[in-house]
Amino acid sequence: MEIPYTVSTRPDTGLWNAKVGIWLFLASEVMLFGGLFSAYIFLRLDAPPGMWPHGLLNVPVGTMNTAILIMSSVTVVLAWAALKMRKYRAYWWYMLATILCGVIFLTVKLVYEWPQKFDHFGAYIKPEELGKYEQYLGNEHAAAKGLPPRLEVTGHLHNRAALNDPNIKEYEVALDPLNADPSNPAMDRPHFFYMPPTDKIATIEKADVQYATMFLPKHSAYFASYFTITGLHGMHVLGGVLVFIYMWLPVSKRLYQRNPEHLANRVEVAGLFWHFVDLIWIFVFPLFYLL
Amino acid sequence: MSLKGFHIVFIIFSTLLALGTGAWCIWVDLVEGAPIYLAGAILSFAAAVVLMVYGVWFYRKMKRLRIIT
Repeated sequence: MEIPYTVSTRPDTGLWNAKVGIWLFLASEVMLFGGLFSAYIFLRLDAPPGMWPHGLLNVPVGTMNTAILIMSSVTVVLAWAALKMRKYRAYWWYMLATILCGVIFLTVKLVYEWPQKFDHFGAYIKPEELGKYEQYLGNEHAAAKGLPPRLEVTGHLHNRAALNDPNIKEYEVALDPLNADPSNPAMDRPHFFYMPPTDKIATIEKADVQYATMFLPKHSAYFASYFTITGLHGMHVLGGVLVFIYMWLPVSKRLYQRNPEHLANRVEVAGLFWHFVDLIWIFVFPLFYLL
Repeated sequence: MSLKGFHIVFIIFSTLLALGTGAWCIWVDLVEGAPIYLAGAILSFAAAVVLMVYGVWFYRKMKRLRIIT
C-alpha cells in the first residue's frame, strides 16, 4: 500500500504529512520540558539559604558538550542540503559526523559526568551539631562575610559500606577543597572547574548527620532536577542517534535510489527533532552549569 | 517551518548563548580574578562571531540554492 503525502503536499494543509506530525510532536515536547524547567525554577527560588548547591558541575566539559551539539545541528542540516542537491556521498559523511557528535555527547555524559557525581558523597549535619564540625564548615567565617550557612560536608566517601551498614557508626570522607579549608576566602565563591577531593580525611559521626547520600537524585532537589532533565534529554539524544543510524545505513540508500525526495523529507523531519533536542540543551546548559 | 528556518532560529539562540557565556565569564573573572575566565570570555565572544558569520553564510547559501520551501 502506498502511503500518501510522503513527498507531495496535502491540499488542505499545504504540507506533507510527516512535517505536520513532527511539529505536533514537538509541541507536546515543549510542554514536557517546559513543565520540568518550570519545576526547576520554582524549586530553586524556594530553596532555603545554603540549601541550593553551586559550582558542582564541570563548566569546561559542559561547554565542550554544548559545542558538540551545536556542531551536530550544523552537520545534520548540511546532510539534508546535500540530499536536496542529490549528493549522496556528502550526505553520508555529514550524517556520520552527526552520529559521532551524538555518541560523543552521550559518552561524556554517561562515562564521565554522571559517574563522577555518583561517586561523590554529601552529609547534611544536624543543625544542633553544626558547631562540632565548624572546622569543616567554617560557618563563623561565612557569617562574617554575609554568606549563607554551610550545612553539608562533601567529598569522597572512603568507607562506602557505611551507607548501608548500621554497625558502622561514622563516615570517613576525603574532603572537598571547600570543607578542607572553609575559612579560605577563595572558597567563598563557587568554583566552576572540577576540583578533586583533598587528602584531608574527616570523620563524621552518623548520629550527627541529618541526611547523607551519594550525589544521586535523592540527594537534593538540585540533583533530582539535574538527573531528570539531563536524563530525559539524553534519552532524546539517544533516540535521535538511533534514527540517524538507520538513515545512514545502506537500507536508506535503497530508498534514495527509489525516491530521493522521500529520504530528504525523512532527514528533514529527523533534523527538526534533532534541532529541538539541541535547543533544549541550549537552555539546560546555562540553567544548570552557569547560573 | 522548514529545517532551514528552524536551523536559523537555533543559530540565533546559540549565538545568544555564546554571548551570555562570554558575559558570564567576565562576571566570574571580576569576582574571582582568575585570568582563565577571561580566556573563556574571549573564546565565547569569538564563538558568537563565528556563529553569526555562519548564520549569514547559511542563509545566503540556502537562498541561492533555492532548495528550501
